[in-house]
Amino acid sequence: MNEKFAPKIVGFLCNWCSYAGADLAGVSRLQMPPSLRTIRVMCSSRVNPLFIIRVFLIGADGVLVAGCHPGDCHYQKGNYQARRKFAILKNIFENLGLESDRLRLSWISAGEGPGFAKVITEFTEKIKKLGPNPAKEEVFL
Amino acid sequence: MTKVLKTNKSVEEAVKELLKFLLKSGKVKGVFTLRKINGNGAVAYSLITSLDMLKDAVPLFPLMPANAGKLLSNLTLRGSVVDPVVAVVRPCELRAFIELVKRKQGSLENLLLVSSTCAGVYPLEMAVNGDIDKKLSQYWDATKRGEIVPDTRPTCMGCEHFLPYTADITVTLIGKKDIDNQCEIFLNTEKGQQFVDGIDGEFVEGKLESEEVVSMRNKRKDEKKRLFDEIGIEKFGLKGLIETFGKCIGCHGCSKVCPICYCNLCYSDSKTYEHKPSVYEMQLKRRGGLRVPPDTISYQIGRLTHVGISCVGCGLCADVCPANIPISTIFLKVGDSVQKMFDYLPGRDVEEQIPVTTFETDEFVEVED
Repeated sequence: MNEKFAPKIVGFLCNWCSYAGADLAGVSRLQMPPSLRTIRVMCSSRVNPLFIIRVFLIGADGVLVAGCHPGDCHYQKGNYQARRKFAILKNIFENLGLESDRLRLSWISAGEGPGFAKVITEFTEKIKKLGPNPAKEEVFL
Repeated sequence: MTKVLKTNKSVEEAVKELLKFLLKSGKVKGVFTLRKINGNGAVAYSLITSLDMLKDAVPLFPLMPANAGKLLSNLTLRGSVVDPVVAVVRPCELRAFIELVKRKQGSLENLLLVSSTCAGVYPLEMAVNGDIDKKLSQYWDATKRGEIVPDTRPTCMGCEHFLPYTADITVTLIGKKDIDNQCEIFLNTEKGQQFVDGIDGEFVEGKLESEEVVSMRNKRKDEKKRLFDEIGIEKFGLKGLIETFGKCIGCHGCSKVCPICYCNLCYSDSKTYEHKPSVYEMQLKRRGGLRVPPDTISYQIGRLTHVGISCVGCGLCADVCPANIPISTIFLKVGDSVQKMFDYLPGRDVEEQIPVTTFETDEFVEVED
């Protein structure tokens, strides 16, 4: 395995919970790998499956979708719908023989700074084991 | 047990007779069916109001020039038909229409839906080069014997949902040895019974789910399994996808004919992905080359996420593909798997909610980390 490989993870963080959780992890000066590229969305259900497919094919080593815990959604039910959409996408990835392990859905609340750091650390480790996304160098996508 | 109208005519004739009766008696004002055009072999869906034109109707012709579900949606998008119209469609077309009605893209009001136990349709290519007329006797032979008709669309040969779910009237074809001089028309709903009230013929009781139907379903299931094993998409990976969709010329014909793809402003047809030169430069720096037009794979996977849940497997997408990509089989297989997650069958019942519009609070915890 390439020791120098530094994964790039694109994270869609919901404005009300996970983004604030990331903020808290930052101001608490918690240590975590600098692998995340954050995109703030108003709700995890705003993440169109196309966004995930798109960043995966462009070459993101991992894609994280994070939102409020079930029942805590700012919009009552957004995260439940996000979970359904995510489950469908994951199923499609598995059906087509694509690496569905590069996709992750996590619930992180605004108060879970350490939880956020843990998710990022864990996910980065997992991606390191998987290696770089082969889509990165494909020409004929 | 269902009420059955029995007549001593060939199926083709009996159905035409039924349409004629409905139109003549004024019970319906229009007939939506396949019709021969100009006598040069062309067959197209038509909306007919004159009895004279009904002569050229070929309601059971084994061809699907367009998915009638989409056409019925076009007709009823801005409001239901004012006067009653009878529509003769195939089971998958009916299912597609139901899916569209669920999406508020059509209305079932004032429509009398007639369907049949479907033996499949031939690819469009055969209608264009004229082979279809030579195949007709073979088609009806196999149908009578209750066998899968060879050379029909691959997804037709592997279709288990050939029994219409929501039709008011169903004509039985599969495994009926004497369809040349006898016809059984099942009146599934009260609406169906009311409409045929007063027609010549004998009324008996019957069961739609006959032995022939069960045996055909088993044959189709085996064929479906064979089809899915053959395509082997779970081994695709990125390499396989590039190989399969590398042939794509980006015409987006598959989405144009797809009954479920109804958005009139498609993301993939928009200018969203027409980037500034700097974006291409960034990509090129890393890859050393770029396919033009790009995004064939994101287009196909994206379409899978959008329509997979409601794919009825009509097979039109593969039929119109100029690059001969077996899209319909891929979509049917992935669609099947996605639909199974929710125990959902597109077009089974208009009251059944589309899974992506609803949720359970305690499900799919396995996808969370």
